[in-house]
Amino acid sequence: MDLLLEGLLRALEMIASGDPEILEITWRTLRVSLTAVLISTFVGIPLGILFGLKRFPGRKILLVIINILMGLPPVVAGLWITILLWRSGPLGHLALLFTPTAIVMAQVLVSLPIIIGLTSSAFQQIDEKMILQIKSLGATKLQSLLILLNETRVSILAAIIAGFGRVIAEVGAAMMVGGNIRGETRILTTSIVMEVSKGNFDIAFALSFIIMTITFLITFCLTFLQQRSRKV
Amino acid sequence: MNTKKFLTTFYIGLLLLLLTACGSANNDTTEENQTETENKSEEQAEQSAEVKDLILSTTTSTQDSGLLDVLIPIFEEQHPYNVKPIAVGTGQALEMSVNGEADVLLTHAPASEQVLVDAGDVINYKRVMYNDFIIVGPSSDPAGIKGLEVVEAFQKVFDSSAAFASRGDDSGTHKKELGIWESLNITPSENEAYLETGQGMGNTLQLAAEKQAYLLTDRATYLAQADNLADMEIVVEGDEALLNIYHVMQVNPDKSDIINSAGAEAFVEFMISDEIQSIIEEFGKEEYGQPLFFPYSE
Repeated sequence: MDLLLEGLLRALEMIASGDPEILEITWRTLRVSLTAVLISTFVGIPLGILFGLKRFPGRKILLVIINILMGLPPVVAGLWITILLWRSGPLGHLALLFTPTAIVMAQVLVSLPIIIGLTSSAFQQIDEKMILQIKSLGATKLQSLLILLNETRVSILAAIIAGFGRVIAEVGAAMMVGGNIRGETRILTTSIVMEVSKGNFDIAFALSFIIMTITFLITFCLTFLQQRSRKV
Repeated sequence: MNTKKFLTTFYIGLLLLLLTACGSANNDTTEENQTETENKSEEQAEQSAEVKDLILSTTTSTQDSGLLDVLIPIFEEQHPYNVKPIAVGTGQALEMSVNGEADVLLTHAPASEQVLVDAGDVINYKRVMYNDFIIVGPSSDPAGIKGLEVVEAFQKVFDSSAAFASRGDDSGTHKKELGIWESLNITPSENEAYLETGQGMGNTLQLAAEKQAYLLTDRATYLAQADNLADMEIVVEGDEALLNIYHVMQVNPDKSDIINSAGAEAFVEFMISDEIQSIIEEFGKEEYGQPLFFPYSE
């Protein structure tokens, strides 16, 4: 109980005093996670729509693979990216290992399948008749796509929220490919792991409040977007 | 067909977004993102050559004790390199040199290090500092090992089936512990109360305190954490067999041209310089009442 109060007070104190290191870590966490979610969203939604609406050979196999990857353990993603980025690995000459970019790559790898998978299932649920109706009313392809996107908005935002949740919670891969380097790749989750291993439970606890606060704020905004009443 | 167009539009959008989203990111991240998408890897190679990162592969004890936070800023001020300390177990740290994944190492497992020196994986191998390992255990001392010699203490822990927490992660501390068991011809896992955590020193100390187990730890990490560890105290210390020696070495630059050998050499020189040796000697004195590391260059 004491620890809880202490941690909460410490968190408020850290935020109020504007501890530059905490601000920097929080800012980096936001930047890395949001970049990863943005990439996953802008790649994942078109692919999800494609897999949901179009029928082409190999589609089912692709969907199986995506569904498997939705459960990809972050440490596995981290390990794969590490091997890829090693100096002796295929992308070694880019010197990307232990940079924020490497963390973004790992986070895209774990969040992209979720966004593709959830988007495609939303589009698969659209009634065929509705698509016919839109066409018969003379909508252009772009117009019908916009109508369908509006129709599936709730599910698509749910996909983005799930992807964001995966990314912000991720620690194993960020530790492995980022290396938790102070001032470069240290993010909130990896600092929590480090502070716990240092025995600084109060700081770890304070950091946990900070990460929960930013998660709350972002999820709140996304949920608000999702639940906004539909304009016809 | 329209889906295709739609996809293309989205990918162009994605590119633009990457540029803007990373606009605030540090320069090399942005560059790397762009060039990666645009496939201009040659340009990238040139750029990373200018960055002059120095990957320091080291053990958790140098990070968890806070020593690196003191030394690295001094080094970066004196030299044009950006040090990236990767704090892992000594096993992994040494392995990183074999593949040329790191530039310079700071580790504490002399026997394993010697293998790398002999194989030519590392060069410029220099002694830096030492502290000592200690056996920490419950204040009640259930196995009655207080004040014994290390070897006797280990034997008694095993004979009395007392709980013992091992790192189990191939780290320098773990290697040291296994060496002691081996010298006694004991298989520690035959003791049912023997735990392998597979985690760093800090976590293992906390686990040992919860389980009231004995463990072998380096003094620096223990002192830094002693306040958090209820009912635990040093039971065996000061035995010569428990010396914990740290060496610094640079990875053989012949392994790959990406290795920053100039930076690595500068770091080795830096660690054994008189200035840094005296900083190491003073480190932790104020906070813990005794130094965490002792200078020990050749």
